[in-house]
Amino acid sequence: MVLGGVRVLAGCNLTLYPGESLGVAGPNGAGKSTLLATVATFIPPTEGFGEVMGVPLGGEKTPAIRPEIGWSGHLPALYPDLTLEENLAMVAHLSGHSRREGRLALQKMGLGGALHIRTERCSNGMKRRADLARLLLGHPRLVLLDEPDAGLDREAASVIGRFIRRTTIRGGGVICVSHDEPRLSAWVDQVIEIREGRIG
Amino acid sequence: MTVGFRRSAAIIARRDLKVELRSGEALSVVFPFAVVATWVAPLATDASRNLLRDLAAPVYWLVLLLFGMMIVFRQTALETSAQRRVLALTGLDPAARFVGRSAASALILTLMAGVLIIPILVLYDYRPPSAVWPMVLVITMAAAGLAMLGTLAGDVTVGLRARTSLAPLLMAPLATPLLMGASQTLEALIAEHSIITWVLVLVIANLGLAAAGVISARALEDIAL
Repeated sequence: MVLGGVRVLAGCNLTLYPGESLGVAGPNGAGKSTLLATVATFIPPTEGFGEVMGVPLGGEKTPAIRPEIGWSGHLPALYPDLTLEENLAMVAHLSGHSRREGRLALQKMGLGGALHIRTERCSNGMKRRADLARLLLGHPRLVLLDEPDAGLDREAASVIGRFIRRTTIRGGGVICVSHDEPRLSAWVDQVIEIREGRIG
Repeated sequence: MTVGFRRSAAIIARRDLKVELRSGEALSVVFPFAVVATWVAPLATDASRNLLRDLAAPVYWLVLLLFGMMIVFRQTALETSAQRRVLALTGLDPAARFVGRSAASALILTLMAGVLIIPILVLYDYRPPSAVWPMVLVITMAAAGLAMLGTLAGDVTVGLRARTSLAPLLMAPLATPLLMGASQTLEALIAEHSIITWVLVLVIANLGLAAAGVISARALEDIAL
């Protein structure tokens, strides 16, 4: 994978089956987020070949599999001027679900009492949990988490481990990227390390 | 489950309007300063009543363009890369996103265009056309065109380092047919001449922008992701 003339990923060979969870560790700039963005269909591979749910990455059919993918970046994708419930309701409506399902997802993540709080007034932990609640909508077959524990304390981060387990139990695949390898090991089945764009 | 085009566009428009209403930036910052901008000619030039009357239409459209750009670009600039990615993963048709964003901006711009008429009438002794509804229609079409153009320019420049200067530089010259169409239609209405030619210019410019926005939406989304 070459981005802006720089080789970001090379020789990455990965297979993830339903119900499996994979951790990707590595230092800053190693290519972890690029790997995740490629699998999420955001960046088409410039070289090599990849398939997600049987669809070649970078092909014409990639938009069709996007609703089956759940992605959470290292910053929550919430609108600060909307309440947590409104944020979830918007995503729920766009993906063919109801406002009620959005509310239930927030309740499952322990945010039942914060539905009507504007996102800009929420703590980092609450925003992160709301972002994870979004991934409960429609139960995506593949969940991609990009440093979901960024800025969270140990207690708040434990939500992520539970979330990953819940996803794999229902048959979903999870790839989770983090700097913190020991923490990652506790959450996923297998951890790989990326250094300078190569799997170690 | 996929959601229909119109419903998706409506959800996006509602979100943008809600965000705008909550932040209050358009209503409490841009609108008042746009009104103040219309005072410049009468206060600074000591111009005669006749000259002010001649300046009324150009000042009106210029202020609408400049302050309208601020509103439209604010809407596109606020959206983060993560938010765009999440919307793409919902299966949202990028063309519906373009239509929804443009619709929300068009509504705010139409409101601003309505507000700006007041100082133009008061300070410039402007005599509007007696046919009110055609005037409202022309202003609404101009606002819709500016909204689509701004949304398109915002999407084209997503992720570029020079975005804040490049987007207005793209938009201003391309707004010429819209502003010419709108201002000349109003002039023709006042003079009670035929408005067909200029209305056609306005309609064609709007249709062209709508087509460009819808057709390029998928490609622009792929670049922005």
